Amino acid sequence: MGARVITITSGKGGVGKTTATANLSAALASLNQRVACIDADIGLRNLDVVMGLENRIVYDLVDVVEGRCKLRQAMVKDKRVPDLYLLPAAQTRDKTAISPQDMVVVTNQLRDDFDLILIDSPAGIEWGFRNALAPADEVVVITNPEVSAVRDADRIIGLVEAEDRHVPVSLVINRVKPEMVRRGDMLSVDDVMDILAIRLLGVIPEDEMILISSNRGAPLVLDNERSLAGEAFLNIARRLTGEKVPLLRLEQKGGFLRRLSRMFGSSNAMPGE
Amino acid sequence: MDDSITLKGIKDGLLVTIRSEGKWSDMAGRLAAIIDSQGEFFRGARVTLALGDRDVRRGELASVQALLAQRGVTLTGIVSESASTGGSARKLGLRTGLSIADLIDPHEAPTQPLKPPPIDSEERGTQGVLVRRTLRNGRTVHSAGHVVVLGDVNAGAVVTAVGDVIVWGRLRGTVHAGVEGDESAVVCALDLSPTQLRIAGYLTISPDERRGRPRPEKALVRNGRIEAETWE
Ligand SMILES: Nc1ncnc2c1ncn2[C@@H]1O[C@H](COP(=O)(O)OP(=O)(O)O)[C@@H](O)[C@H]1O
Ligand SMILES: [Mg+2]
Repeated sequence: MGARVITITSGKGGVGKTTATANLSAALASLNQRVACIDADIGLRNLDVVMGLENRIVYDLVDVVEGRCKLRQAMVKDKRVPDLYLLPAAQTRDKTAISPQDMVVVTNQLRDDFDLILIDSPAGIEWGFRNALAPADEVVVITNPEVSAVRDADRIIGLVEAEDRHVPVSLVINRVKPEMVRRGDMLSVDDVMDILAIRLLGVIPEDEMILISSNRGAPLVLDNERSLAGEAFLNIARRLTGEKVPLLRLEQKGGFLRRLSRMFGSSNAMPGE
Repeated sequence: MDDSITLKGIKDGLLVTIRSEGKWSDMAGRLAAIIDSQGEFFRGARVTLALGDRDVRRGELASVQALLAQRGVTLTGIVSESASTGGSARKLGLRTGLSIADLIDPHEAPTQPLKPPPIDSEERGTQGVLVRRTLRNGRTVHSAGHVVVLGDVNAGAVVTAVGDVIVWGRLRGTVHAGVEGDESAVVCALDLSPTQLRIAGYLTISPDERRGRPRPEKALVRNGRIEAETWE
């Protein structure tokens, strides 16, 4: 059957698409999945930096599409996990160098050799987003618990739903701060789900380890030291492989947890929750 | 009325009766025309042919089988009083030795597979658009008649109608009923919290504070302004 293609997108920039793509790819590879990730953010590439693969890039996606190299020559192998490859974006070109059809062709060439292909989408709803969406079998929308990010997520979901082909969409809420939610200063998971009403794939807490690991080019999930965000990404990766994993306990006790557990029982909850 | 070919729903699909009179090739053409005129109705159907005492050669039967197959219809068997027709059918692997009485379920109400009878509308209702999902941010719907949404209208979605707007869900987006000036137009929602609501030339915005539990409401123009009342 070949790989499933999962596009990670958001509408709004800076909500954590690249962070999620890097961590989910590494987590899935650590679960013995054969994973390829594609940086579709032409001209603003940074998935390679977050993954720590920048210095190994020889060719990129645009080189492949324009025939300057073979696809496999452009794939950068991550040596920390068994089967993880990155197809980097071009840094010196802009999004129009690639068409949605090109993306379909490239991903189809990869399907036989991988279990999962993750595509890191650029911000916005224009050309770059269209490129990232075209080959998707599934879409994961990343949002933050913030009104403007949720609005943009809603816009993106509407665009995906308007596609003729049916593409399932699920949601990851990133950068949740339980303390702020409890004080009523931040949208809760419930509040976000109330507006977006789609499948919740997972919740990632705000965690300064994310920034540290991005700067080091070492995805959190590969770190031996346990972090809450790393664990949350690992859980999402498990859910993507079909495992039933309950939502993370973001704190030991109190309102937020109770609210989460209430959500487990709702129709939007993850399987098994 | 041409009744050389008639259809009937049976236990196992459809029974197609072809009269014994008339040329076989004409009948085949007419059958094809009937199927084609019914759109998707026949697709996937299983058909038994009732052929009376007509003698049909194997090649003739095979051509009708092919004609049916092209249209997604499976020929499963025949009912015939002719020994030679029965022989043709057996060579094609079709069921024979059936009788019409066997095929028709005596307990089942007679089915009418063709178009329902036409009904004249007595009401002069207005045309409209029915949207059967949530309208998300950035989606727009306009109708020269009414708009009915079975779902929410999220913030950032825009609905405009020459007539009324009915939302069987939460209305949080922007809505304009009576866009061409009809002040009798109304806006109804199970939870009426629009970003902005207009009726004809009037405009209102929702108060920022949610007033308790949402309830179904209807907005209308009264006393020179937009008022909301319980929708019942
Ligand atoms: N859960 C988190 N906790 C703390 N910082 C985060 C978290 N997720 C993302 N960030 C930070 O937010 C910034 C934007 O993330 P990034 O993944 O580049 O977003 P995008 O790809 O959507 O533009 C980065 O500096 C990243 O380290
Ligand atoms: Mg990014």
